[in-house]
Amino acid sequence: MSDFIQTLITAMAIGSLYALIALGYTMVYGILKFINFAHSDIVVLGAWVSYTLAIRLLPLLGLDPHNPATVPPIWVAAVVLLAAMTYCGVVGFAIERLAYRRLRRAPRLNVLITAIGVSLFLQNVGQLDFMFGASPQKMPTLLPSWELASFTFGEGESARRVVIGLIDVVIFSLATILMLVMQYMVFHTKLGVAMRAVAYNTDTAALMGIPVDRVVSFTFVFGSVLASAAGFLFVMKYPGMNQPAHAIWVLLGLKAFVAAVIGGIGNVRGAVLGGFVIAFVEQFGAFYISSNYRDVYVFALLILILLVKPSGLLGSPLREKV
Amino acid sequence: MEQTSPPPQGLVANVLRGMMPFAVGIIFASLLHFVLPGMIGRYYSRIVTDIGIAIVMAVSLNIVNGMTGQFSIGHAGFMTLGGYTAAFITYYGSMCIWGDTASHGGFLGRGEWLFAVSCLMGGLFAAGAGYVVGLPSLRLRGDYLAIVTLGFGEIIRVILQQTGPLIDSAEALKEGGWSQMIPPPVGGALGFGGVPKYTNLFWVYTILTITIVVAYRLKISSIGRAMISVREDEIAAQAMGVNIARQKVLAFVIAAFFAGVAGGLFAHEPGVIVSPKDAGFQRSFDYVIMTVLGGRGSISGVMLSATILTALPEFLRDFEQYRLIVYALLLIIMMLVRPQGLLGIHEIWNLWPLRRSKVSTATPEAKS
Repeated sequence: MSDFIQTLITAMAIGSLYALIALGYTMVYGILKFINFAHSDIVVLGAWVSYTLAIRLLPLLGLDPHNPATVPPIWVAAVVLLAAMTYCGVVGFAIERLAYRRLRRAPRLNVLITAIGVSLFLQNVGQLDFMFGASPQKMPTLLPSWELASFTFGEGESARRVVIGLIDVVIFSLATILMLVMQYMVFHTKLGVAMRAVAYNTDTAALMGIPVDRVVSFTFVFGSVLASAAGFLFVMKYPGMNQPAHAIWVLLGLKAFVAAVIGGIGNVRGAVLGGFVIAFVEQFGAFYISSNYRDVYVFALLILILLVKPSGLLGSPLREKV
Repeated sequence: MEQTSPPPQGLVANVLRGMMPFAVGIIFASLLHFVLPGMIGRYYSRIVTDIGIAIVMAVSLNIVNGMTGQFSIGHAGFMTLGGYTAAFITYYGSMCIWGDTASHGGFLGRGEWLFAVSCLMGGLFAAGAGYVVGLPSLRLRGDYLAIVTLGFGEIIRVILQQTGPLIDSAEALKEGGWSQMIPPPVGGALGFGGVPKYTNLFWVYTILTITIVVAYRLKISSIGRAMISVREDEIAAQAMGVNIARQKVLAFVIAAFFAGVAGGLFAHEPGVIVSPKDAGFQRSFDYVIMTVLGGRGSISGVMLSATILTALPEFLRDFEQYRLIVYALLLIIMMLVRPQGLLGIHEIWNLWPLRRSKVSTATPEAKS
């Protein structure tokens, strides 16, 4: 029972991260109809920018960034997060402006290949010595390791404690807040109506006076901001950071994309649902079957769902037009 | 293709004429094998071998990505699958036959024939996997298919990492019985080391010849034209009576077969240990870049880009950390400036000004 609860807590935290990243994939896909392969690299960028900032900021406050016992005041984490979000938002805007915008009318395959190119570019520029370097680093502690709640199961020797840490709660609540903001923006603001109109039919939207370029730019910025928040939260939970081009980052992004596809790509609620489905399958599969095959479960689930319901769980079926 | 003299008629003459390119290729491969290492030394011969394998991979990937217009980014998965199968057969095969895993027999000796058979089996096994991966392509298109093929490569990588350690002596192999073959003892995450090193220029360039001739004949055959029609417009092709499902799966099977054979060559190459990470998407991306830069559908263009992209890093060792940045920029700039690739859908020989009017194999420019 204690194992079950512990896995449940982890799955909730990881699931909200997947959902955050999946939202970026699904928004871009909904509007421009291509997989933004570079999205996972924005997550990496968010993580590494947070690291670089933290490692510079902590000595200014007289704290040792390499000592996990020293905990800075809570506003440091907020500053780092906001700075990373801003930075990634700008990068997301630049990518769309420089690479994707000129391909708006090109075949989808060309855009996909460009996205792969942008992704490779970001990864390998990040690995350069004057950027983040090509070696793994350890993220400094920014949040106190409070135990908000703990439960004890069993008695005597077999007693097991399950702990809900501050970090899990922060991840879950921050992700929920961001997703609610997103939900409000897409469904209750003028900009959201414009985004949905562009997603539905770009040409008609342009004829109705919607500034398509500006809407697309905003989508990229917002998706990148969400992704950088996910990157920040990810390294808060798992401080061991791999170098920017490490396969583990690409896999993180891929799983989030799988989440978006499983939920029905282009569907905002589907991305959130898919994020949690993926996290539950991955975490419970890893715990109860074998942790060696955790990536296999995710991709097997993807292939299964695509074969049974190609438009995803919440997606609407696409009609082919000649 | 010569227009001046009428081709000889009759079955025997036709078969002979059909075999001509293979004969030329084998002679060329033997020449390379015996002359080249003496001329340019072992290090550069190794690069020439790598180029050959890269060309086989890129040309076969081009059948799926270029001719049929599907987008597979799991080609290294097929390669590694075939490589492991071939290495498994030669490693345990030579253990059963000769009792050890050293190379046996000289040029075209018994060991090399075992190697040839194992490469064939590797190709067939990969082709089987290609059939399975091709099936989802019937329902998925474009980017969805890309993700499925990418997921396939990752699944292969993870599964290969979980395999058992190698059995390193013939006695242990005999004593252990069949039960030790599940899961297959192919070395786990460390890779399949100790495979007898049979790959040489002769085999690489013989297989290269076969790949190119098959790809070229496929391209100018009715099947190839059906594949190209699927690329250009699926609905129109279907309306013209092309069996879309069959063409897509066929493209995957053929491409996977040659990737598997190339994997066999790769696994037996001196100085190489085939390992699970070879199945990952990074290697697949390398081949995708080759096909994209060469021109999707152009065999000679892809050969050209595979040659350049394999040879260039060897001469730019000092700039290793900039290599992938340059590749990435090349990809982006290519898509912005010349999205159809270096040669587009043309072949080098079609661009020769004197022949352009006579050749009818060039298909009209892809609409974009």
